[in-house]
Amino acid sequence: MKAISIRNLDVVFGDNVSKTLAMLDQGQGRQQILETTGDVVGVHNASIDVEQGEICVLMGLSGSGKSSLLRAVNGLNPISRGSLEVLDGDRMVDLAKCNSQHLRELRLKRISMVFQKFALMPWLSVVDNVAFGLEMQGIGKSERRKRALEKLDMVGLADWSEKLPHELSGGMQQRVGLARAFTMDSDILLMDEPFSALDPLIRTQLQDELIILQRQLNKTILFVSHDLDEALKIGTNIAIMESARIIQHGAPEDIVLNPSNTYVEKFVAHTNPLNVLRGRSLMTTIGAMQGDGNRLLLNALDQSHVHLEAGRPVAAQRGEQALEIRQWHDSHALDDLSENTLMIASPDISMRTAIELRYRTGQPVLLSEDNRLVGMLSDKDFYHALLGKHFTQNEAA
Amino acid sequence: MNWLTEHKIPLGAAMEEFVDWLTLHASGLFDAISGSLEWLILNLVTLMQWFPPIVPILATAAIAWFWHRSLAMVIFVTCALLLILNLGYWQEMLETFVLVLAATLLCVLIGIPLGIMAAHKPWLYTLLRPILDLMQTIPTFVYLIPTLVLFGLGVVPGLISTIIFAIAAPIRLTYLGISSVPEELMEAGKAFGATPSKLLLKVELPAAMPQIMAGITQCIMLSLSMVVIAALVGADGLGKPVVRALNTVNISQGFEAGLAIVLVAVILDRLCKAPSRRATKRKAG
Repeated sequence: MKAISIRNLDVVFGDNVSKTLAMLDQGQGRQQILETTGDVVGVHNASIDVEQGEICVLMGLSGSGKSSLLRAVNGLNPISRGSLEVLDGDRMVDLAKCNSQHLRELRLKRISMVFQKFALMPWLSVVDNVAFGLEMQGIGKSERRKRALEKLDMVGLADWSEKLPHELSGGMQQRVGLARAFTMDSDILLMDEPFSALDPLIRTQLQDELIILQRQLNKTILFVSHDLDEALKIGTNIAIMESARIIQHGAPEDIVLNPSNTYVEKFVAHTNPLNVLRGRSLMTTIGAMQGDGNRLLLNALDQSHVHLEAGRPVAAQRGEQALEIRQWHDSHALDDLSENTLMIASPDISMRTAIELRYRTGQPVLLSEDNRLVGMLSDKDFYHALLGKHFTQNEAA
Repeated sequence: MNWLTEHKIPLGAAMEEFVDWLTLHASGLFDAISGSLEWLILNLVTLMQWFPPIVPILATAAIAWFWHRSLAMVIFVTCALLLILNLGYWQEMLETFVLVLAATLLCVLIGIPLGIMAAHKPWLYTLLRPILDLMQTIPTFVYLIPTLVLFGLGVVPGLISTIIFAIAAPIRLTYLGISSVPEELMEAGKAFGATPSKLLLKVELPAAMPQIMAGITQCIMLSLSMVVIAALVGADGLGKPVVRALNTVNISQGFEAGLAIVLVAVILDRLCKAPSRRATKRKAG
């Protein structure tokens, strides 16, 4: 079920909105519009759906309109044209048509926000900051402090509840910001570059915590980031924005493998894709492997082979030496692996794990699905992934 | 040039006519304001006088202790008040205190809402700014004359003049405080569903509180600086002995009364300053 559904959304800041919209329809650029009407185009013709329980990351450079789009979802930015529906209970409500009273109710019950610079009230203690939204809901002091303390405990700050925000480090302050948003028990969370102002180590840690919290609480999260690594790590889906438009929307692996234009490609080239890429997209398929019938060549240098029976690998040999064949699951411990073992894994194995298997066993990794070999990951495939050749290779193909 | 000097624009005369018109047609209103304010102030002074001096002294010391937790301040305010009592200016000190209190209270009641409105409505601030500038730059004696005519001799024209002089501070600082509330805090308030009134009470006012408090402290100090001028139109208090000393060239009386004013000013200033350690002290509450 959809939690957010955006159709042909335009967000324009300024006093000449109708003129600006007309110019947008004529295909004029942002700069031209700024010079003619003085208006700033935040978002142009954005359409995107976010499913319930999904983390959707809006990615782009500063000024690309990602924050403008995010802020339209809770009405902090005006909707100039188009529709923006959010799930309110069991029906969708169009923010473009709802009055201020209804908008306030949505903010109280359905949509919470986490801010880049935390935006904690400096005069309120940590627990009172977390309880701020509950106070707006009109909940009594002892009840809201109790609920706020629960959420503070969840982010590991229960001992700091009576401190003032400035006594906390940046990472802790943002945990307070997260707790404040979680306390509202709203279905949709908006996060406006929540980790950008933090140190890299703290950032990674909070990303991990967010992923765990998301699994526990199953919220719908719209997350703004300018960091593709962050987007690839936490996003179920990623929407990449450039000068007010969404230029690509898809799953992380999809973005890395098939960048829609050179802008996205440049982004992708600077990330580490190993966590995102799956074996299936980079493997040497069984059709491309050398050999005859049931005897396939693994490595031309040492002439190692694998034997198939009804498509299933049953034995492997390097020269005269037999290789042990073992099935790999993500729950297995890497330390148990020994050299001269041939590992069989699912094609959905992450490239990072596959490289780890190759490193520990000294052998290529076989990929099988439904008990049939579908391909293998050899050193060439690993180098492809490490060098980021995957999308140029796709273009050439 | 002769033509220019011979045809003087009757600005002064027009103002005089306006004040005359006010006295003629609205004297009832002004008398009512004057009467009720005077009644209030005199009764407050009588009430304060009813207490033996030791009560206000102990109360002040208690405020200094519980608000600021500073032994030095307790000793200072106690000694200063005992000195004023010893010099024989206790009654005048009480009168001055009530006058300053009343002026500050009225300034706060009018000035803070006006400052908030000005911060929310830019056109209001554009309108207010020249008026505030005027009120602060016109020499006090100039508006002392019409207030004297309208409200009669006594404590009320002194009070009104004091308000005209001092009200700009709370208005300006409230405006400054409210309009400089960080945008992100406003957005946070809105994003969590605050109504406009809750936004004012729970975000804007707390965020602007340091500036508003500074405005009130300034207002107290400005009111106090008007006591001598208020005494010229008949307001009781520490200004009176100063004026009398000036007229009789009485150095000793002038020095003593002046010292008493300074002491009251220092006590009020120290007591009203927001305590620096309070922010970290609130853990207990």
